[in-house]
Amino acid sequence: MVSHQQNVQVPDEWFKPIGKDAEKAESVVRPSLSYWKDAWRRLRKNKLAMGGLVFLIVLTLFAIFAPILSPHNIETTQYANQNLPPSSKHWFGTDDKGWDVFTRTWHGARVSLFVGVAAALIDFFIGIIYGGISGYKGGRTDTVMMRIIEILYGLPHLLVVILLMVIMGPSLTTIIVALTITGWVGMARIVRGQVLQIKNYEFVTASKSFGARTPRIIRKNLLPNTMGPIIVQMTLTVPSAIFAEAFLSFIGLGIQAPVASWGVMANDALPVILSGHWWRLFFPAFFISMTMFAFNVLGDGMQDALDPKLRG
Amino acid sequence: MEDRKFAPIDENQGGTAIASEPKRLRKRTKTFTDVMLSVQDLHVSFKTFGGEVQALRGVSFNLYKGETLAIVGESGCGKSVTANTIMGLIPKPAGRIKNGKVLFKGKDLTKLDKSEMRKVQGVDISMIFQDPMTALNPTLKIGEQLTEGLRTHQKVSKAEAREKAIKLLEVVGIPNPEERMKQYPHQFSGGMRQRIVIAIALICEPELLIADEPTTALDVTIQAQILELFEEIQERTGVSIILITHDLGVVAKIADRIAVMYAGKVIEIGDKREVFYTPQHPYTNGLLASVPRLDLKEEELQPIEGTPPDLFSPPNGCPFTARCPFAMEVCERVYPATTGLSETHAVDCWLQDERAKQVIGHN
Amino acid sequence: MAIYIVKRFFMMIATILIIATLTFFLMHSIPGSPFDEERTSNPTIQANLEKFYKLDQPTHVQYAHYLKSIATFDFGPSIKKPNESVNKLLARGFPISFELGMVTILVAVISGITLGTFAALRHNGIIDYAAMAFAVVGISVPNFVLATVLIQQVAVNWNLLPPATWSSPLHMILPTLALATGPTAIIARLTRSSMLEVLTQDYMKMARAKGLSPMRIVLRHALRNALMPIVTIMGTMLAGILTGTFVIEKIFAIPGMGKYFVESINNRDYPVIMGSTVFYSAFLVFMLFLVDIVYGFLDPRIKLHRKEGDA
Repeated sequence: MVSHQQNVQVPDEWFKPIGKDAEKAESVVRPSLSYWKDAWRRLRKNKLAMGGLVFLIVLTLFAIFAPILSPHNIETTQYANQNLPPSSKHWFGTDDKGWDVFTRTWHGARVSLFVGVAAALIDFFIGIIYGGISGYKGGRTDTVMMRIIEILYGLPHLLVVILLMVIMGPSLTTIIVALTITGWVGMARIVRGQVLQIKNYEFVTASKSFGARTPRIIRKNLLPNTMGPIIVQMTLTVPSAIFAEAFLSFIGLGIQAPVASWGVMANDALPVILSGHWWRLFFPAFFISMTMFAFNVLGDGMQDALDPKLRG
Repeated sequence: MEDRKFAPIDENQGGTAIASEPKRLRKRTKTFTDVMLSVQDLHVSFKTFGGEVQALRGVSFNLYKGETLAIVGESGCGKSVTANTIMGLIPKPAGRIKNGKVLFKGKDLTKLDKSEMRKVQGVDISMIFQDPMTALNPTLKIGEQLTEGLRTHQKVSKAEAREKAIKLLEVVGIPNPEERMKQYPHQFSGGMRQRIVIAIALICEPELLIADEPTTALDVTIQAQILELFEEIQERTGVSIILITHDLGVVAKIADRIAVMYAGKVIEIGDKREVFYTPQHPYTNGLLASVPRLDLKEEELQPIEGTPPDLFSPPNGCPFTARCPFAMEVCERVYPATTGLSETHAVDCWLQDERAKQVIGHN
Repeated sequence: MAIYIVKRFFMMIATILIIATLTFFLMHSIPGSPFDEERTSNPTIQANLEKFYKLDQPTHVQYAHYLKSIATFDFGPSIKKPNESVNKLLARGFPISFELGMVTILVAVISGITLGTFAALRHNGIIDYAAMAFAVVGISVPNFVLATVLIQQVAVNWNLLPPATWSSPLHMILPTLALATGPTAIIARLTRSSMLEVLTQDYMKMARAKGLSPMRIVLRHALRNALMPIVTIMGTMLAGILTGTFVIEKIFAIPGMGKYFVESINNRDYPVIMGSTVFYSAFLVFMLFLVDIVYGFLDPRIKLHRKEGDA
């Protein structure tokens, strides 16, 4: 206790009571934003994540409009235009069938994004139903459901996907089906964990005592509070689905030309390592990597933003 | 503060004296003269995402050899930061000692570099943490956790260290110490773990023990046992103890002196009896009034309304003004000087000013 | 501990059984069975198939026989090559794939943990940012892209290292690099975040309060706890590396099992696809089992859990 104000002259009239001002005492607490607003504020500060978000928006717009606007035909082989390097006419060059790589890249973007988003959404629905029921019901239901998950989790996913693809034959639908058959397990686990954590919160007990029925409790109370990690998981499912699709394409289980995914394009372009037609490999590879990068940094950013506790 | 002349205490002066004296609240028999630790005008700040938090804003107190000083206050008042600063555990670079000294037997600990500080940590000063469930490393046998400090600081053989550890476990009341040495923390109950933590803190025979909320995480019955253990250890070794707590019951049991902290400042310090029976600061008063007591009816419990100020931008005046029933204009404007009330008792409050006494008197 | 191992062992058997069953019935669900005589142009192959799959018997007998074959590590014949079987391909290719996988894991674990630990210790410093930039790029760039870039640049343009095959340590560098980057990045990130969490634990503060050397604090107190999550992801990591060997072996023309596997996919050699899948799954599940046991030894709390279960 240092008396640094000992010499300060204090006028007598300051010694009159002003009384306790409890309201003022409370008001010094900093303003509290809503959970989502606060998360959005934190996310916006993360430049990398915002960069990823902008990239993905631009990518989506291009994927929607570029193929429509492109003057190039990618249905019939055009031998006259084989393997042309990038130019003002063919921005990304052409491939061995004379197709415009720029146009194909955006067709590929449609496939990759569609696979990624569809897989993430389907995972989400299955996972939230399965995990939600398992976590909310608890008891024996939970034990049995978790035992099933435990076994499914032990399965080597990509191998099962390969198996399914071989049997069902490569197509957009089969890729999504195969990816979701194995992919929902992770989401279900996360949802269950969240539900378990939250279901014993007092406000849930409170709504139960008011006679709220189970579905209402799930919808009104549990879901909004479990969304954070689930959204992050979804964001991170997209790049892994895009990767899986590219991987499958690469080992010969991809959707075939002309509307090929980036993985198929990269696979078709493999021999170019020796021929020097770098643009055929570069563009699909670049966009796969950039898209995965964008989703990954966005997912990380959202994780930080939604759960500041985990912030390092 | 020992160089300051304090006015003798006026027994009739304000404050609500607590009616009956609890049994454990004995009259202090020992007197402490040797200053072991002197904290002087300590300022510590932390950089956070929201700005700079001024956690300590000029903390000063002395600790005498062989005494137990309790530092009490609400969470966030800076009591743990004080402990961590003394112990050299302020996380850098986020935390920074902006000003002040921590003189341990005349040596300023804030000036030591990391490797010099390590020779003090665990050797001269030891720390006991709040939650025994997390203070022990779950993957190491407790024998190793006990002996590693000793083996780091002193040239002792493994066998010697082991022997000493086993003896110490006996002292802190762990049955079958030899077998227990080979076990992992999860194989012990919370109370047992806290005994182990205490044993670890004592292994190098430190002169100062800093206990940060050592009983908060424990059951009430275990709390009493642990507090008795502290007293026993102090009697046996003469160690000085700084007890950080928000639990006035703990304070009443084992403290010799009490320092009350609020918003990064020590606002009142004194002998236990002085602080308990003649508290001078309205905050201390409120703190005492908010403790549940068996001899008072429940409705007489009075919480202190409001919350402590934001330490991102602490007020110029007394930080308690907004919650203080006796607040005056001066309190908002200027931080009060320290008023000595006795050899041991001192308070930072404008109510000590002659002019204020008149005002309060009229009410 | 013993009960824990036994329990994990039975879970492993159950998983392998599920995979084998799934494989069997999926194979039978292929429209126009792969065993139709029209599909097999060669009498030797037809004989092999008849013998292995007992095609003349009813399905449940076939199934029982199939499971028995799997249990005796017989994974069936090839549909395309008369004198090949999955076992023969495995005998030739698997040692190479195994070597590639092991080298990759070794590289990924060592460099990932080192990188993650330093990043955490220098939290928000230059090393941290650099390591995390590397990690997010490493996770985002698919291994086949990295592989082709490496061949193009390092092998073809700069002529520094051989571009293909697996014949000498020098040949191994590029494939290993291509395959290990992703796992390294994942391990680095996980080590960092788990290390950061461990560093805030009370027992770390206590270790510092004991005045221990920084070396001891990191190695003895922090790392062991921080590595727990790494062990738990080793299973999925192994699966990723294993499937990664497929494309890496294809790109680098490494004569491993992955190359045969991709070949069999491309020419729809169903029995080889099935046999390899079952073998690979069994292998992975076995590795997961080992990982779980290692985890049990690393975390003393698991043992107690067992003891409580016993009582």
